[in-house]
Amino acid sequence: MAQTPGSEARTGLKLISPTAIYVILLLAVPLATVLMYSVMTGGRGNVSLPLTFENYTELASKSVYGYLLLKSLMVALIVTAITVLLAYPVAYFVSFHVKPERKSLWLFLITIPFWTSYIIRVSLWFVILGYDGVLDKTLMALGIMDTQLNFSSYGIPAIIFVLAHAYAPFAVLPIFVSLEKVDRSLLEAGQDLGESRWVTFLRVTLPLSMPGVIAAALIVFIPTVGDYVTPKLVGDGKQPLIANFIETQLLKLQDFPQGSAFAVVSMLMVAFVSVLFVLANKRFIGGQK
Amino acid sequence: MKKAPFLRSYTLFYLLFLYSPIILLPIFAFNDSKVVAFPLAGFTLDWFREMLSDQNLRIAAKNSLIIALSVASVSTILGIFAARASVRYRFPGKAPLMGLIMLPLVLPEMIIAMALLVVLLSLNVPLSLFTVIIGQVLITTPFAVAILTSAFQSLDKSLEEASMDLGETAWSTFRLIILPLVMPGIMASFLICFTISFDEFIISNFLGSGQPILSVYIFGQFRFPAKVPSMLALGTVLVCFSIILLGIAEYMRRRGIAKAGGKDSGGFL
Repeated sequence: MAQTPGSEARTGLKLISPTAIYVILLLAVPLATVLMYSVMTGGRGNVSLPLTFENYTELASKSVYGYLLLKSLMVALIVTAITVLLAYPVAYFVSFHVKPERKSLWLFLITIPFWTSYIIRVSLWFVILGYDGVLDKTLMALGIMDTQLNFSSYGIPAIIFVLAHAYAPFAVLPIFVSLEKVDRSLLEAGQDLGESRWVTFLRVTLPLSMPGVIAAALIVFIPTVGDYVTPKLVGDGKQPLIANFIETQLLKLQDFPQGSAFAVVSMLMVAFVSVLFVLANKRFIGGQK
Repeated sequence: MKKAPFLRSYTLFYLLFLYSPIILLPIFAFNDSKVVAFPLAGFTLDWFREMLSDQNLRIAAKNSLIIALSVASVSTILGIFAARASVRYRFPGKAPLMGLIMLPLVLPEMIIAMALLVVLLSLNVPLSLFTVIIGQVLITTPFAVAILTSAFQSLDKSLEEASMDLGETAWSTFRLIILPLVMPGIMASFLICFTISFDEFIISNFLGSGQPILSVYIFGQFRFPAKVPSMLALGTVLVCFSIILLGIAEYMRRRGIAKAGGKDSGGFL
């Protein structure tokens, strides 16, 4: 069964080639095109030479772009923080207080909402929270309120609430996985040495589960920062975030160079924050030793 | 197991919060009123009837089925190639290639959709169900690769070597030994890619050129208050449908782990 390294490499490359060719043509090439467009000149629906950095200087000079990026970033970070904080006790409960044979069932219950249509979940919040929605009508019918609360018109807070609900199940699994890896004998040792349960949690369990917390944060942050549907439906469309803005620039205004530059900058912003998360994680693992 | 009454009730509240909008689906889908609000007005099947007689909805559902079946097949096949290559072989450029394949997991979907759209428009490719399929495959393939990688990893390499020693070719070994062993993984990958594709909105919306596709259609209908009850009926049907599919996927995954003699480590992702 001896295979020479050369033939192994060839077989491997041959095997991966269909998938690799697919992603190179349909992912790498389009992303490269966007990058190229972002340094070209052009107006409605066309691009042309010469190459220029004007699109980027335009982004830097007009505060509307910076405001939009910052707003989207803040929304995504707040949603991430809420989601992770709410998910941690749930993951902790399933990992530490549920019988091993029942764990799968609990995880299954937690993941089901995530696998049911995202559009329907978000639209349901619109039906519940919106003008003439279930919440307002019910409160009024019961005589608790006499005016419409219309929570969905609250813009950013409503968007944050709906996003935090939509991505909640994402956060439980990674935290659960890292909690499962925590060596239970360390906890017993901590308590045998006289630490209280709370101190043991803070000094042993929490640091050891940080990789899962960071993974959860990343898994929530990336889709929320690029979410399109929620701002459109729940925020009354008056609070566009990155994805809605890219749509306006690329499709409605057909400004390919400017839209591409904005897409590149938002991609860089997402990448930058993600790298920060990963570095924070490395530092945490390093600090353990 | 120590009892933790506080954590337990917190978790139950959390589940209630997760399920709260979904619980409303069946309640109002059977409610005999155009107005979606408590108190309830009695039982009716009208909304399900209205849903079934909606011609556009039928077209959208058919299109979504075509897309989801194609996407699930293509990405599972692409996933098999990539997962098998990455688990079994060492080759130059492996890390960057696998990185590129998994990239859509960490890239906002809008950016993938727009990048692809810009290229398609420049090449004058007409938008159709086909362009939706090729776009969605990019999104679902990383999930297929992740599921199939764990399926291939749990394979015992000595089985494969024994088969080769007994004179089987590489292809017949793959077909007779490996494929049956990873079959549960393949089924799970297919079902999960199907579910993701069926729910997917951004690519369906932007690469579909206004073709009726279920997620896009639902998004549009929710804006008309008169249409909401029949959409809730549709939502009820879809939720039942996803739960059944996921139940099957979970069963397949467990059977696969049991077959390979592994331990259940829980969960999909």
